[in-house]
Amino acid sequence: MKGSNGPRVRGAAALTGLDRNLIAEDLACRRGERLVFAGVSFRLSEGGALLLTGSNGSGKTSLLRLLATLIPPAGGRLFWGVASFDADVAAYRAALQYIGHQDAVKPGLTTRETLLFWAALRGVGAGRRLSLLEEALATFALEAVADWPCRWLSAGQRRRLALTRLVAAPAPIWLLDEPTSTLDRDNQLRLERLISEHRRLGGRVIIATHVPIDVAAAEVIPLDSFVASLDHAAVG
Amino acid sequence: MAAFVGLFRRDLRLAFRQGGDSGLVLGFFVLAVVLFPLGVGPEPAVLQRIGPGIVWVAALFAALLSLDRLFEADYQDGGLDLLELSSLPLELAVLAKCAAHWVATGLPLALISPLLAFLLGLDRAAILILCASLLLGTPALSLIGSVAAALVLGARRQGVVLSILVLPLDIPPLVFGAGAVEASVAGMGARAYLLILAALSLAALALCPWASAAALRQALE
Repeated sequence: MKGSNGPRVRGAAALTGLDRNLIAEDLACRRGERLVFAGVSFRLSEGGALLLTGSNGSGKTSLLRLLATLIPPAGGRLFWGVASFDADVAAYRAALQYIGHQDAVKPGLTTRETLLFWAALRGVGAGRRLSLLEEALATFALEAVADWPCRWLSAGQRRRLALTRLVAAPAPIWLLDEPTSTLDRDNQLRLERLISEHRRLGGRVIIATHVPIDVAAAEVIPLDSFVASLDHAAVG
Repeated sequence: MAAFVGLFRRDLRLAFRQGGDSGLVLGFFVLAVVLFPLGVGPEPAVLQRIGPGIVWVAALFAALLSLDRLFEADYQDGGLDLLELSSLPLELAVLAKCAAHWVATGLPLALISPLLAFLLGLDRAAILILCASLLLGTPALSLIGSVAAALVLGARRQGVVLSILVLPLDIPPLVFGAGAVEASVAGMGARAYLLILAALSLAALALCPWASAAALRQALE
Protein backbone atom coordinates (compact mmCIF):
# COMPACT_ATOMS: atom_id res chain seq x y z
CA MET A 1 0.00 0.00 0.00
CA LYS A 2 2.71 2.48 -0.89
CA GLY A 3 1.89 6.15 -0.78
CA SER A 4 -1.20 5.53 1.32
CA ASN A 5 -0.54 8.74 3.22
CA GLY A 6 -1.76 10.89 0.37
CA PRO A 7 -3.64 8.92 -2.27
CA ARG A 8 -6.48 11.41 -2.54
CA VAL A 9 -4.16 14.21 -3.58
CA ARG A 10 -2.49 11.83 -5.99
CA GLY A 11 -5.94 10.81 -7.25
CA ALA A 12 -7.07 14.35 -7.86
CA ALA A 13 -3.78 15.24 -9.54
CA ALA A 14 -4.35 12.38 -11.97
CA LEU A 15 -7.76 13.69 -13.00
CA THR A 16 -8.12 15.16 -16.44
CA GLY A 17 -10.68 17.75 -17.41
CA LEU A 18 -10.49 19.54 -14.06
CA ASP A 19 -10.10 22.86 -15.85
CA ARG A 20 -13.20 22.54 -18.00
CA ASN A 21 -16.32 24.43 -16.95
CA LEU A 22 -19.77 22.94 -17.19
CA ILE A 23 -22.13 25.44 -18.78
CA ALA A 24 -25.85 24.93 -19.34
CA GLU A 25 -27.95 27.21 -21.50
CA ASP A 26 -31.73 27.02 -21.45
CA LEU A 27 -31.90 23.29 -20.74
CA ALA A 28 -35.31 21.70 -21.02
CA CYS A 29 -36.42 18.20 -20.19
CA ARG A 30 -39.36 16.20 -21.44
CA ARG A 31 -40.57 12.97 -19.86
CA GLY A 32 -43.11 11.32 -22.12
CA GLU A 33 -45.63 13.99 -23.07
CA ARG A 34 -44.85 16.22 -20.10
CA LEU A 35 -42.33 19.08 -20.21
CA VAL A 36 -40.74 18.81 -16.75
CA PHE A 37 -38.71 22.03 -16.74
CA ALA A 38 -37.37 24.54 -19.22
CA GLY A 39 -34.97 27.46 -19.27
CA VAL A 40 -32.41 26.08 -16.79
CA SER A 41 -29.06 27.83 -17.18
CA PHE A 42 -25.98 27.72 -14.99
CA ARG A 43 -22.24 27.92 -15.09
CA LEU A 44 -20.27 25.58 -12.87
CA SER A 45 -16.68 26.70 -12.61
CA GLU A 46 -13.65 25.26 -10.83
CA GLY A 47 -14.44 24.32 -7.24
CA GLY A 48 -18.06 25.25 -7.78
CA ALA A 49 -21.14 23.67 -6.27
CA LEU A 50 -24.72 23.64 -7.44
CA LEU A 51 -27.72 22.71 -5.31
CA LEU A 52 -30.85 21.57 -7.11
CA THR A 53 -33.83 22.10 -4.85
CA GLY A 54 -37.54 21.79 -5.36
CA SER A 55 -40.57 19.79 -4.35
CA ASN A 56 -41.07 16.14 -5.30
CA GLY A 57 -41.53 15.79 -9.03
CA SER A 58 -40.01 19.18 -9.86
CA GLY A 59 -37.34 17.47 -11.98
CA LYS A 60 -34.26 17.30 -9.75
CA THR A 61 -33.53 13.71 -10.68
CA SER A 62 -34.39 14.37 -14.33
CA LEU A 63 -31.93 17.26 -14.49
CA LEU A 64 -29.20 15.13 -12.91
CA ARG A 65 -29.87 12.23 -15.31
CA LEU A 66 -29.84 14.71 -18.18
CA LEU A 67 -26.46 16.07 -17.04
CA ALA A 68 -25.26 12.47 -16.71
CA THR A 69 -26.22 11.88 -20.39
CA LEU A 70 -28.70 9.20 -19.37
CA ILE A 71 -31.58 11.11 -20.95
CA PRO A 72 -31.26 13.53 -23.87
CA PRO A 73 -32.21 17.20 -23.34
CA ALA A 74 -35.47 18.29 -24.97
CA GLY A 75 -33.99 21.72 -25.60
CA GLY A 76 -31.07 24.01 -24.76
CA ARG A 77 -27.37 23.32 -24.81
CA LEU A 78 -24.80 21.87 -22.45
CA PHE A 79 -21.12 22.73 -22.80
CA TRP A 80 -18.19 20.98 -21.21
CA GLY A 81 -15.32 23.41 -21.66
CA VAL A 82 -15.68 25.09 -25.03
CA ALA A 83 -17.28 22.16 -26.84
CA SER A 84 -20.77 20.72 -26.56
CA PHE A 85 -20.84 17.73 -24.19
CA ASP A 86 -21.79 15.36 -26.99
CA ALA A 87 -18.72 16.24 -29.05
CA ASP A 88 -16.92 13.58 -27.00
CA VAL A 89 -19.46 11.77 -24.84
CA ALA A 90 -16.97 9.13 -23.68
CA ALA A 91 -14.56 11.74 -22.30
CA TYR A 92 -17.42 13.69 -20.70
CA ARG A 93 -18.78 10.55 -19.06
CA ALA A 94 -15.31 9.66 -17.81
CA ALA A 95 -15.26 13.04 -16.04
CA LEU A 96 -18.52 12.28 -14.21
CA GLN A 97 -19.28 10.30 -11.11
CA TYR A 98 -23.06 9.91 -10.92
CA ILE A 99 -24.56 8.59 -7.68
CA GLY A 100 -28.25 8.04 -8.33
CA HIS A 101 -30.88 7.63 -5.64
CA GLN A 102 -30.58 3.87 -6.07
CA ASP A 103 -27.52 2.24 -4.58
CA ALA A 104 -26.84 -0.48 -7.20
CA VAL A 105 -25.60 -2.75 -4.42
CA LYS A 106 -25.85 -6.50 -5.09
CA PRO A 107 -26.86 -8.53 -2.02
CA GLY A 108 -24.60 -11.43 -3.05
CA LEU A 109 -21.30 -9.52 -3.21
CA THR A 110 -19.21 -8.31 -0.30
CA THR A 111 -18.58 -4.62 0.31
CA ARG A 112 -14.99 -4.97 -0.90
CA GLU A 113 -15.97 -6.88 -4.08
CA THR A 114 -18.62 -4.28 -4.85
CA LEU A 115 -16.16 -1.40 -4.60
CA LEU A 116 -13.46 -3.15 -6.63
CA PHE A 117 -16.01 -3.95 -9.34
CA TRP A 118 -17.19 -0.34 -9.52
CA ALA A 119 -13.61 0.90 -9.78
CA ALA A 120 -12.83 -1.64 -12.53
CA LEU A 121 -15.96 -0.56 -14.38
CA ARG A 122 -14.66 3.02 -14.36
CA GLY A 123 -11.36 1.85 -15.82
CA VAL A 124 -9.28 2.45 -12.67
CA GLY A 125 -6.02 0.48 -13.02
CA ALA A 126 -5.58 -2.70 -10.96
CA GLY A 127 -2.81 -1.39 -8.68
CA ARG A 128 -4.47 1.95 -8.03
CA ARG A 129 -7.79 0.21 -7.35
CA LEU A 130 -6.40 -1.49 -4.23
CA SER A 131 -4.85 1.63 -2.73
CA LEU A 132 -8.00 3.65 -3.42
CA LEU A 133 -10.12 0.85 -1.93
CA GLU A 134 -8.65 1.18 1.55
CA GLU A 135 -9.07 4.93 1.44
CA ALA A 136 -12.63 4.61 0.18
CA LEU A 137 -13.60 2.21 2.98
CA ALA A 138 -12.06 4.55 5.54
CA THR A 139 -13.85 7.63 4.21
CA PHE A 140 -17.24 6.35 5.35
CA ALA A 141 -15.97 4.05 8.13
CA LEU A 142 -16.92 0.84 6.33
CA GLU A 143 -13.76 -1.13 7.24
CA ALA A 144 -15.63 -3.29 9.76
CA VAL A 145 -18.11 -4.50 7.13
CA ALA A 146 -15.63 -4.76 4.25
CA ASP A 147 -15.99 -8.53 3.98
CA TRP A 148 -19.69 -8.79 4.76
CA PRO A 149 -22.10 -9.73 2.00
CA CYS A 150 -24.08 -6.60 1.16
CA ARG A 151 -27.35 -8.31 2.08
CA TRP A 152 -26.35 -7.80 5.72
CA LEU A 153 -25.87 -4.04 5.32
CA SER A 154 -28.42 -1.54 6.59
CA ALA A 155 -29.95 1.04 4.26
CA GLY A 156 -27.57 3.69 5.59
CA GLN A 157 -24.55 1.44 5.12
CA ARG A 158 -25.61 0.69 1.55
CA ARG A 159 -25.93 4.42 0.93
CA ARG A 160 -22.44 4.97 2.33
CA LEU A 161 -21.12 2.18 0.13
CA ALA A 162 -22.64 3.86 -2.94
CA LEU A 163 -21.07 7.17 -1.92
CA THR A 164 -17.60 5.61 -1.55
CA ARG A 165 -17.57 5.39 -5.35
CA LEU A 166 -16.58 9.06 -5.17
CA VAL A 167 -13.27 8.01 -3.63
CA ALA A 168 -12.80 4.57 -5.22
CA ALA A 169 -13.18 5.97 -8.76
CA PRO A 170 -12.18 9.66 -8.69
CA ALA A 171 -13.80 12.02 -11.20
CA PRO A 172 -13.78 15.83 -11.46
CA ILE A 173 -17.57 16.29 -11.64
CA TRP A 174 -19.82 14.72 -9.01
CA LEU A 175 -23.55 14.36 -9.63
CA LEU A 176 -25.29 13.38 -6.38
CA ASP A 177 -28.98 12.52 -6.14
CA GLU A 178 -30.30 12.90 -2.58
CA PRO A 179 -26.93 11.82 -1.17
CA THR A 180 -27.90 12.34 2.48
CA SER A 181 -31.08 10.26 2.48
CA THR A 182 -30.75 7.51 5.14
CA LEU A 183 -27.40 8.95 6.35
CA ASP A 184 -27.00 9.68 10.05
CA ARG A 185 -25.55 12.95 11.32
CA ASP A 186 -21.92 11.72 11.54
CA ASN A 187 -21.96 10.39 8.02
CA GLN A 188 -23.57 13.50 6.64
CA LEU A 189 -20.65 15.41 8.17
CA ARG A 190 -18.23 12.97 6.54
CA LEU A 191 -19.91 13.58 3.19
CA GLU A 192 -19.81 17.37 3.64
CA ARG A 193 -16.10 17.17 4.48
CA LEU A 194 -15.48 14.99 1.43
CA ILE A 195 -17.31 17.48 -0.79
CA SER A 196 -15.40 20.49 0.51
CA GLU A 197 -12.08 18.63 0.08
CA HIS A 198 -13.07 17.74 -3.49
CA ARG A 199 -13.91 21.37 -4.24
CA ARG A 200 -10.72 22.62 -2.63
CA LEU A 201 -8.80 20.53 -5.18
CA GLY A 202 -10.76 22.07 -8.03
CA GLY A 203 -13.54 19.50 -8.33
CA ARG A 204 -17.14 20.40 -9.10
CA VAL A 205 -20.29 19.04 -7.54
CA ILE A 206 -24.01 19.14 -8.33
CA ILE A 207 -26.36 17.95 -5.61
CA ALA A 208 -30.09 17.35 -5.84
CA THR A 209 -31.64 17.48 -2.40
CA HIS A 210 -34.70 18.52 -0.48
CA VAL A 211 -33.04 18.37 2.93
CA PRO A 212 -30.53 21.00 4.12
CA ILE A 213 -26.92 20.14 3.41
CA ASP A 214 -23.97 22.27 4.40
CA VAL A 215 -22.18 23.17 1.20
CA ALA A 216 -20.38 26.52 1.27
CA ALA A 217 -21.06 29.15 -1.38
CA ALA A 218 -23.24 26.92 -3.51
CA GLU A 219 -25.42 28.31 -6.24
CA VAL A 220 -29.01 27.18 -5.78
CA ILE A 221 -31.31 26.27 -8.63
CA PRO A 222 -34.90 26.16 -7.31
CA LEU A 223 -36.44 23.89 -9.92
CA ASP A 224 -39.96 24.76 -8.82
CA SER A 225 -39.54 28.11 -10.56
CA PHE A 226 -38.52 26.43 -13.82
CA VAL A 227 -41.56 24.21 -14.01
CA ALA A 228 -42.61 24.44 -17.60
CA SER A 229 -45.40 26.86 -18.31
CA LEU A 230 -47.26 27.03 -21.58
CA ASP A 231 -44.90 29.73 -22.93
CA HIS A 232 -42.07 27.23 -22.78
CA ALA A 233 -43.99 24.45 -24.46
CA ALA A 234 -42.44 25.42 -27.78
CA VAL A 235 -38.94 24.53 -26.57
CA GLY A 236 -37.59 21.37 -28.16
CA MET B 1 -10.43 -4.50 -20.72
CA ALA B 2 -10.32 -4.32 -16.90
CA ALA B 3 -13.97 -3.29 -16.98
CA PHE B 4 -14.92 -6.21 -19.26
CA VAL B 5 -13.14 -8.76 -17.07
CA GLY B 6 -14.52 -7.13 -13.91
CA LEU B 7 -18.12 -7.34 -15.15
CA PHE B 8 -17.66 -10.92 -16.39
CA ARG B 9 -16.21 -12.04 -13.06
CA ARG B 10 -18.87 -10.26 -11.03
CA ASP B 11 -21.73 -11.86 -12.95
CA LEU B 12 -20.08 -15.25 -12.67
CA ARG B 13 -19.65 -14.79 -8.93
CA LEU B 14 -23.31 -13.84 -8.55
CA ALA B 15 -24.43 -16.84 -10.61
CA PHE B 16 -22.43 -19.39 -8.65
CA ARG B 17 -23.00 -17.76 -5.26
CA GLN B 18 -26.45 -16.77 -3.90
CA GLY B 19 -27.37 -20.46 -3.88
CA GLY B 20 -27.13 -19.49 -7.48
CA ASP B 21 -28.81 -19.46 -10.79
CA SER B 22 -26.30 -21.94 -12.06
CA GLY B 23 -27.26 -24.76 -9.70
CA LEU B 24 -30.97 -24.18 -10.22
CA VAL B 25 -30.64 -24.27 -13.98
CA LEU B 26 -28.64 -27.48 -13.87
CA GLY B 27 -31.12 -29.09 -11.47
CA PHE B 28 -34.04 -28.15 -13.68
CA PHE B 29 -32.26 -29.54 -16.74
CA VAL B 30 -31.54 -32.92 -15.12
CA LEU B 31 -35.06 -33.25 -13.71
CA ALA B 32 -36.74 -32.33 -16.98
CA VAL B 33 -34.75 -34.94 -18.91
CA VAL B 34 -35.28 -37.62 -16.26
CA LEU B 35 -39.06 -37.07 -16.36
CA PHE B 36 -39.35 -38.17 -19.99
CA PRO B 37 -38.64 -41.90 -19.54
CA LEU B 38 -41.23 -41.85 -16.75
CA GLY B 39 -43.76 -40.29 -19.09
CA VAL B 40 -43.19 -42.13 -22.36
CA GLY B 41 -42.09 -45.48 -20.91
CA PRO B 42 -38.68 -47.13 -20.73
CA GLU B 43 -38.45 -48.80 -24.19
CA PRO B 44 -34.84 -48.23 -25.35
CA ALA B 45 -35.84 -47.84 -29.00
CA VAL B 46 -38.22 -44.97 -28.25
CA LEU B 47 -35.81 -43.20 -25.91
CA GLN B 48 -32.90 -43.49 -28.34
CA ARG B 49 -35.12 -42.04 -31.06
CA ILE B 50 -36.34 -39.01 -29.09
CA GLY B 51 -33.38 -38.65 -26.69
CA PRO B 52 -31.43 -35.93 -28.53
CA GLY B 53 -34.58 -33.85 -28.99
CA ILE B 54 -35.46 -34.19 -25.29
CA VAL B 55 -32.03 -33.06 -24.16
CA TRP B 56 -32.03 -30.09 -26.51
CA VAL B 57 -35.54 -28.92 -25.60
CA ALA B 58 -34.74 -29.28 -21.90
CA ALA B 59 -31.53 -27.27 -22.39
CA LEU B 60 -33.52 -24.56 -24.14
CA PHE B 61 -36.01 -24.27 -21.27
CA ALA B 62 -33.23 -24.41 -18.70
CA ALA B 63 -31.34 -21.55 -20.37
CA LEU B 64 -34.62 -19.60 -20.52
CA LEU B 65 -35.12 -19.94 -16.75
CA SER B 66 -32.23 -17.66 -15.86
CA LEU B 67 -32.58 -15.20 -18.74
CA ASP B 68 -35.16 -12.92 -17.15
CA ARG B 69 -32.57 -12.09 -14.50
CA LEU B 70 -29.83 -11.24 -16.98
CA PHE B 71 -30.50 -7.47 -16.91
CA GLU B 72 -33.48 -7.24 -14.56
CA ALA B 73 -31.52 -7.00 -11.29
CA ASP B 74 -29.26 -4.28 -12.73
CA TYR B 75 -32.30 -2.47 -14.13
CA GLN B 76 -34.10 -2.52 -10.77
CA ASP B 77 -31.20 -1.44 -8.56
CA GLY B 78 -29.73 1.28 -10.79
CA GLY B 79 -26.70 -0.79 -11.82
CA LEU B 80 -27.63 -0.37 -15.47
CA ASP B 81 -26.94 3.39 -15.16
CA LEU B 82 -23.44 2.54 -13.99
CA LEU B 83 -22.91 0.15 -16.90
CA GLU B 84 -24.03 2.79 -19.40
CA LEU B 85 -21.77 5.43 -17.82
CA SER B 86 -18.77 3.10 -17.43
CA SER B 87 -15.64 3.14 -19.56
CA LEU B 88 -17.01 0.06 -21.33
CA PRO B 89 -19.27 0.48 -24.39
CA LEU B 90 -22.69 -0.98 -23.58
CA GLU B 91 -22.31 -3.51 -26.42
CA LEU B 92 -19.24 -4.97 -24.74
CA ALA B 93 -20.99 -4.92 -21.38
CA VAL B 94 -23.76 -7.03 -22.94
CA LEU B 95 -21.12 -9.37 -24.33
CA ALA B 96 -19.48 -9.75 -20.91
CA LYS B 97 -22.83 -10.52 -19.33
CA CYS B 98 -23.71 -13.05 -22.06
CA ALA B 99 -20.32 -14.73 -21.66
CA ALA B 100 -20.88 -15.03 -17.91
CA HIS B 101 -24.42 -16.32 -18.51
CA TRP B 102 -23.08 -18.97 -20.86
CA VAL B 103 -20.32 -20.10 -18.51
CA ALA B 104 -22.83 -20.29 -15.66
CA THR B 105 -25.59 -22.11 -17.59
CA GLY B 106 -24.82 -23.26 -21.14
CA LEU B 107 -21.42 -24.75 -20.35
CA PRO B 108 -22.56 -26.81 -17.32
CA LEU B 109 -25.54 -28.07 -19.35
CA ALA B 110 -23.26 -29.22 -22.15
CA LEU B 111 -20.84 -30.85 -19.70
CA ILE B 112 -23.51 -32.84 -17.86
CA SER B 113 -25.36 -33.83 -21.05
CA PRO B 114 -23.24 -36.98 -21.70
CA LEU B 115 -24.49 -38.43 -18.41
CA LEU B 116 -28.11 -37.76 -19.32
CA ALA B 117 -27.63 -39.06 -22.86
CA PHE B 118 -26.15 -42.22 -21.34
CA LEU B 119 -29.23 -42.59 -19.13
CA LEU B 120 -31.43 -42.29 -22.22
CA GLY B 121 -29.47 -45.14 -23.84
CA LEU B 122 -27.69 -43.22 -26.62
CA ASP B 123 -24.53 -44.88 -27.92
CA ARG B 124 -21.07 -43.44 -27.49
CA ALA B 125 -20.82 -41.67 -30.87
CA ALA B 126 -24.23 -40.04 -30.41
CA ILE B 127 -23.30 -38.90 -26.91
CA LEU B 128 -20.17 -37.15 -28.18
CA ILE B 129 -22.06 -35.41 -30.97
CA LEU B 130 -24.80 -34.31 -28.57
CA CYS B 131 -22.25 -32.81 -26.21
CA ALA B 132 -20.47 -31.07 -29.09
CA SER B 133 -23.75 -29.71 -30.47
CA LEU B 134 -24.62 -28.25 -27.05
CA LEU B 135 -21.18 -26.70 -26.69
CA LEU B 136 -21.50 -25.04 -30.09
CA GLY B 137 -25.18 -24.11 -29.87
CA THR B 138 -25.71 -22.85 -26.32
CA PRO B 139 -23.75 -19.59 -26.87
CA ALA B 140 -26.43 -18.68 -29.42
CA LEU B 141 -29.11 -19.34 -26.78
CA SER B 142 -27.48 -16.91 -24.33
CA LEU B 143 -26.93 -14.25 -26.99
CA ILE B 144 -30.39 -14.45 -28.57
CA GLY B 145 -31.89 -14.53 -25.09
CA SER B 146 -30.07 -11.32 -24.14
CA VAL B 147 -31.94 -9.37 -26.82
CA ALA B 148 -35.29 -10.54 -25.52
CA ALA B 149 -34.24 -10.01 -21.89
CA ALA B 150 -33.33 -6.41 -22.74
CA LEU B 151 -36.57 -5.85 -24.65
CA VAL B 152 -38.86 -6.96 -21.83
CA LEU B 153 -37.25 -4.75 -19.14
CA GLY B 154 -39.99 -2.92 -17.28
CA ALA B 155 -42.75 -5.05 -18.79
CA ARG B 156 -45.28 -6.92 -16.67
CA ARG B 157 -45.30 -10.74 -16.65
CA GLN B 158 -41.74 -10.63 -17.98
CA GLY B 159 -41.06 -14.35 -17.76
CA VAL B 160 -43.98 -15.23 -20.00
CA VAL B 161 -43.32 -12.46 -22.54
CA LEU B 162 -39.67 -13.47 -22.59
CA SER B 163 -40.49 -17.11 -23.40
CA ILE B 164 -42.80 -16.10 -26.20
CA LEU B 165 -40.11 -13.85 -27.68
CA VAL B 166 -37.19 -16.23 -27.27
CA LEU B 167 -38.55 -19.68 -28.08
CA PRO B 168 -39.31 -19.02 -31.78
CA LEU B 169 -35.85 -17.48 -32.22
CA ASP B 170 -34.28 -20.55 -30.63
CA ILE B 171 -35.76 -22.88 -33.27
CA PRO B 172 -32.69 -22.90 -35.59
CA PRO B 173 -30.22 -24.02 -32.89
CA LEU B 174 -32.76 -26.63 -31.74
CA VAL B 175 -33.30 -28.03 -35.25
CA PHE B 176 -29.62 -28.27 -36.09
CA GLY B 177 -28.59 -29.40 -32.59
CA ALA B 178 -30.96 -32.34 -32.37
CA GLY B 179 -30.50 -32.91 -36.11
CA ALA B 180 -26.75 -33.36 -35.69
CA VAL B 181 -27.24 -36.36 -33.41
CA GLU B 182 -29.91 -37.90 -35.62
CA ALA B 183 -27.72 -37.51 -38.67
CA SER B 184 -24.82 -39.21 -36.95
CA VAL B 185 -27.06 -42.07 -35.78
CA ALA B 186 -28.33 -42.44 -39.35
CA GLY B 187 -24.71 -42.63 -40.51
CA MET B 188 -24.80 -39.40 -42.55
CA GLY B 189 -22.17 -37.56 -40.56
CA ALA B 190 -22.89 -34.63 -38.28
CA ARG B 191 -20.20 -32.29 -39.55
CA ALA B 192 -22.47 -30.04 -41.61
CA TYR B 193 -24.94 -29.67 -38.73
CA LEU B 194 -22.21 -28.78 -36.26
CA LEU B 195 -20.74 -26.22 -38.66
CA ILE B 196 -24.16 -24.59 -39.08
CA LEU B 197 -24.57 -24.52 -35.28
CA ALA B 198 -21.19 -22.79 -34.97
CA ALA B 199 -22.25 -20.34 -37.69
CA LEU B 200 -25.48 -19.57 -35.81
CA SER B 201 -23.52 -18.83 -32.64
CA LEU B 202 -21.07 -16.63 -34.53
CA ALA B 203 -23.88 -14.73 -36.23
CA ALA B 204 -25.55 -14.22 -32.85
CA LEU B 205 -22.21 -13.04 -31.46
CA ALA B 206 -21.92 -10.44 -34.21
CA LEU B 207 -25.51 -9.15 -34.10
CA CYS B 208 -27.07 -9.66 -30.68
CA PRO B 209 -24.87 -7.36 -28.54
CA TRP B 210 -25.84 -4.40 -30.75
CA ALA B 211 -29.54 -5.22 -30.55
CA SER B 212 -29.43 -5.81 -26.79
CA ALA B 213 -27.50 -2.59 -26.16
CA ALA B 214 -30.03 -0.62 -28.23
CA ALA B 215 -32.90 -2.15 -26.25
CA LEU B 216 -31.12 -1.38 -22.95
CA ARG B 217 -30.63 2.28 -23.93
CA GLN B 218 -34.34 2.44 -24.68
CA ALA B 219 -35.10 1.04 -21.23
CA LEU B 220 -32.78 3.58 -19.55
CA GLU B 221 -34.56 6.67 -20.86
